[in-house]
Amino acid sequence: MKDTKVIELEEVAIRFSGDSGDGMQLTGTLFSDATALFGNDISTFPDYPSEIRAPQGTVGGVSGFQVQFGHKEVNTPGDEAHVLIAMNPAAVKANARFMKPGGTIIYDVDSFTQKNLDKANFATDDPFGELKLDDYIKIAVPITSLTRESLKDFGMDNKSVLRSKNMFALGLICWMFGRPMDYIESFIKTKFAKKPTVVESNLKVLHDGFNYGMNMQHMTPQYLVHAAEIERGTYRNINGNIATAWGMLAAAEKSGLDLFLGSYPITPATDVLVALAARRDLGVKTFQAEDEIAGMCTTLGAAFAGKLAVTSTSGPGLALKSEAIGLAVMAELPVVIVNVQRGGPSTGLPTKTEQSDLLQALYGRNGESPVVVLAASTPSDCFYYAYLSCKIALERMVPVILLTDGFLGNGSEPWRVPSMSELPEITPRIAKNSSEFKPYKRDEDILAREWAFPGMEGFQHRIGGLEKNVEGAVSHDPENHHKNTEIREAKVQKVADMIPELEVCGDEEGELLVVAWGGTYGHMISAVREMRQDGKKVSLAHFNFIKPLPANTEEVFSKFKKIIVCELNLGQFASYLRDKLPEYEYHQVNKLKGLPFTVTELKENFEKLLEE
Amino acid sequence: MSNIDLQYTLKDFKSENEVRWCPGCGDYAIMNAVQRTMADMNVPHEKFAVISGIGCSSRFPYYMSTYGFHSIHGRAAAIASGVKSANPDLSVWVITGDGDSLAIGGNHFIHTIRRNIDLNVILFNNKIYGLTKGQYSPTTDRGFVTKTSPNGTIEDSFVPGQLVLGARGTFFARAVDSNVKHNQLVFAEAAKHQGTSIVEVLQNCVIFNDGIHAQIADPKHRAERQLFLEHGKPMRFGHDNEKGLIVEKGRLKVAVIGENGVTEDDILVHDAKEVDPYLHMQLINMSMPDFPIAMGVIRAVDAPVYDQELEKQVAEVSATRRVNNVDELLKSGNTWEVDEPGSSDPVPFFKKKCPILE
Ligand SMILES: Cc1ncc(C[n+]2csc(CCOP(=O)(O)OP(=O)(O)O)c2C)c(N)n1
Ligand code: SF4
Ligand SMILES: [Mg+2]
Repeated sequence: MKDTKVIELEEVAIRFSGDSGDGMQLTGTLFSDATALFGNDISTFPDYPSEIRAPQGTVGGVSGFQVQFGHKEVNTPGDEAHVLIAMNPAAVKANARFMKPGGTIIYDVDSFTQKNLDKANFATDDPFGELKLDDYIKIAVPITSLTRESLKDFGMDNKSVLRSKNMFALGLICWMFGRPMDYIESFIKTKFAKKPTVVESNLKVLHDGFNYGMNMQHMTPQYLVHAAEIERGTYRNINGNIATAWGMLAAAEKSGLDLFLGSYPITPATDVLVALAARRDLGVKTFQAEDEIAGMCTTLGAAFAGKLAVTSTSGPGLALKSEAIGLAVMAELPVVIVNVQRGGPSTGLPTKTEQSDLLQALYGRNGESPVVVLAASTPSDCFYYAYLSCKIALERMVPVILLTDGFLGNGSEPWRVPSMSELPEITPRIAKNSSEFKPYKRDEDILAREWAFPGMEGFQHRIGGLEKNVEGAVSHDPENHHKNTEIREAKVQKVADMIPELEVCGDEEGELLVVAWGGTYGHMISAVREMRQDGKKVSLAHFNFIKPLPANTEEVFSKFKKIIVCELNLGQFASYLRDKLPEYEYHQVNKLKGLPFTVTELKENFEKLLEE
Repeated sequence: MSNIDLQYTLKDFKSENEVRWCPGCGDYAIMNAVQRTMADMNVPHEKFAVISGIGCSSRFPYYMSTYGFHSIHGRAAAIASGVKSANPDLSVWVITGDGDSLAIGGNHFIHTIRRNIDLNVILFNNKIYGLTKGQYSPTTDRGFVTKTSPNGTIEDSFVPGQLVLGARGTFFARAVDSNVKHNQLVFAEAAKHQGTSIVEVLQNCVIFNDGIHAQIADPKHRAERQLFLEHGKPMRFGHDNEKGLIVEKGRLKVAVIGENGVTEDDILVHDAKEVDPYLHMQLINMSMPDFPIAMGVIRAVDAPVYDQELEKQVAEVSATRRVNNVDELLKSGNTWEVDEPGSSDPVPFFKKKCPILE
C-alpha cells in the first residue's frame, strides 16, 4: 500500500452521476447504506431529472446522488463534492459546478466518444478544459470495457452487460473509502434471489471494481473517514417520506385509532402513499383517489367516521385540496395534510426542493380559515413532526398542515429509532356523555369540540360547511358568525400551549440571530456552527412551529441586534413575521434555484450583515 | 342487520329542524320515501350516515335525525367513499343533485361507481340548478331556455344511466318523486345491493323548472308512459297491461299482445342481473313517444365491492405479517446497533437540545 495517497478527512461528500438509466440512485443508496452500517453519520441528496426518459447522454437526462459522511454529526449532504463519479460527458457537465475546487473526478473514459461529447453539447474535444476543471484530479477509468471484460464468460447480451457498469463504479468507490462490501453483497443476493446469473455477474463486477482500485493504487487516492461516536441504540437509514408515513403510523397506534390515508400520486410526495400502502399488515387503509380533491375528501370522510385520517401531496395538490380543507376547518374535524414542497408555481420544478408553499398553507383558502402549520427540519425528524401533527389534530379537533420538502422527503440520514414508550401520549377527544353532547360545544380552555362519529349510539348529529350554532343547527346570525370566526382562530392559537418553546442554538443574545424554518436546518446549523467556531456572535432560531408561533418567539428575538431570515422562497416567513412581530427589522436571504442553501453562501451573507 | 326487530317508524328518522324546501318541491316526497325505507331496514339508527354536496337537495341531511354531513359542491361521493371505506359497517347514503353529481362532481361520480363502493346514491334530477336559481345543468335538454341560456342551450345533456353503465356501474334504477310507494321499493333494492347503487329520481322543481318531467310523471298517463321493471318479470305496460317489449333486429320494440301474432311468451323477461350491459343500455335509452320510460331497477349485478375488498386485504395481509406493531416495524430491515464505549445515552427527541451547545 506504499504508494497509495491516503487522505484523512472529517467528512467527505461523494456525488454519483450518470444517465438516468445508469442506476446511479441505486449505486448511491447502496453506498450510503454500507457507509451508515460502517458507523459514519451520513446525509444524502438524490438529484434526479423530472423526465424519467430524457434523451440518453444529454445533460437533461443526468441523474445524481450525493452523500456526505463523517465521523461527527453530519447535517447536510455537503455543498460541494470531494469526489465525482461521472459515467458520461453529460454527467461531468451537469455536475462541474457542484465540485469542490481541486476535487477528484472519476470518469468512464470509454463513454467520452465524439457522439457523447456532441450529445452533451461540448464545443471542443476537451470537456474538462471547457468546464475549467484543469486543476482537478481526473482519473480516467475504462469502466465500460472493464465491465465487458469482467463479464465475457457470462454469455450475457450487451444491454445486460452495460447495466452492470454501476457495480464496477461502486466496487471502486468502496475500495477508495475502505467500505466493507458485505452489506452490498447481501442486498444483491436477496434482490435477485430468483436470478442466479444476475447475482453472480453483479458480484463479479463489484469485486473487479474493488480490485481495480487496489491494483491501481498509484493513481487512485484513498480516503479515511473514521466512524462516528453517537448515541447508543438501534439505528437505521431513513428518508423523510418514510419517516413521515411511519410517524403517522406511530400516532395511530398510540391513539388506538386505525390509520386512513386518501391521496393522489405527485412528486415528491408519492412515497408517503407508497410507504403506507405497504402497511396493510398493520391495518392501514390507503385510498388512491381520482385526484387531490378526492384525496382530501375521502380523508375528511374517514375523519368523520372516526379514524386517524391523513393525506399527502405537494404544492399543486395542496391547491386542489384547499376547498375541502376549508370544510375541515368549518366542520372542525381532525385531519393531517402533509405537503412535500417542490419548486413552483404551477408544475414548476417537480423534482427540486423549495419552501414556497408556506403562505399557501397559512392562507390559501377562502374565508378566514385558520389551520395549524408545522414544518419538519430533517429527514428523520419528519417522523416526530408527523406524529405531533396527528396528536395536535386529534386532541384539538383541528386540521394540521405539515410542511416538508423534496430535500427532506428524498434525503436520508441514519436515525436512532425510538421506542414507542418514548413518544408522548395521544388522547383523541372522543365524546363520552351523550346527554351532554352538542356538536359545537367546546372545552372552555382549549376551545376544541368533541368528536362523535357514526356507530356511536345517542350522539347522532349533523355537521357541514354552513356556519352553525352550538347545537349544530345552521345559523346565519351575524353575532354567531363573528364569534365563531374568532373562536376558530383562537383555537389554533391555543395550540401554543402544547408545543415546545423556541430554542436558541448558540448564545441567547448576540449580534445576529439567524432565523429559518423547515428543511433548511442542516445547512443553517452547519453555517452557524462554523461561524461560531470563528468566534462570531451568531445564534440560530430554527422554527418547526409556524402557526401558532412558539410562545417565547418575541422574547428570543428581543435579545439580538440583528435578525436575518433565510428561506428558499422570496421571503414568505419573513413577511409572516413582519405581520406577527412588526417591531423588528428582518433581513433576508432567499434562494430559488431548486437547490438547498450552501453553507458557504449562508456564511457570506451573515458575515456581510455583521460588517454593515 | 340486527336480529331483533328495531320497530322504527318514519318519525324516528325526522330531525327537529324545520324543512325549508319550497312548498310543492319534489324533494319532500323523496325524503319521505327514504325515511320509510330506513325505518324498514332494521339497521340500528346510529349506523346511518347521510352525506350530501351542495344544492337544494343537498340540504337533506339537516332534516334527518341520523348522522349527517352537508359538505361542499360536488364532493359528496368522495366524502362518502372515505366514510364507507373507513367503516364498512355503516349504511351510507349520498344525496346529490344533477349539477352536484354530474357537473362539478362528475369525476367523483364515475370513479365511485367504477370502484363499486357500497353506497346508496340518490340523484335528484330536476334538470336545473335549483339553489342558484335556475341555470341549466348537465341534464338540461338541448335548446332549453334558462337564465344562462336565454337563446337555448347549445349542448347535449348527459343521460345519467348511460354514464353509470359507462363507468361499469353495478346498480342503476329510476323513479319519479311523487310515487312514494315505488320510490320506497327502489330505495330498498338500492340498500340491499352491495356496491354503488345509483337511483335517478325525476324530481320536480316547482320554482325554476316546473313540470319538466310532467309528461312522464303524470299519474293519469303512468300506465302508458312508464314501464315498471321487475327482475324475472315480463316487461309489460299499458292501461290493460296489453303492451310489452320484444327484440327485433337486435333492438327493442314495443309490441301489442295479440297483434301481428305476438303472444305473451314473446314479451322479454327483465334480467337485471345480466352482466352484459347491452339490453340495460337500451332500456335506459328508451324515450317517448316511441317507448315508455323504464322505471325501477334496470341493473343490479354482482361484482367485488371496494370497501369489502379493502377490509379483506387488510385481514389477509395482517394474517401473515412479519411485524406486529410500530416498535417492530422501526427495528425491521437494515438496522445496526451502536454501543461503543464512547457512545452516549439516548435522548428522546422532544427532549433533545441543540447540538451547537458544545
Ligand atoms: C365550488 C362551488 N361552485 C359553485 C357553487 C354554487 N352552487 C351551489 S348549488 C349549485 C348547483 C345546484 O344544482 P344541483 O346540484 O342540480 O342541485 P339542486 O339545487 O338542483 O337540487 C351551484 C352552482 C358552490 N356552492 N360551490
Ligand atoms: S328551488 Fe326548486 S329544487 Fe329548490 S327547493 Fe325550491 S322547488 Fe325545490
Ligand atoms: Mg338540480
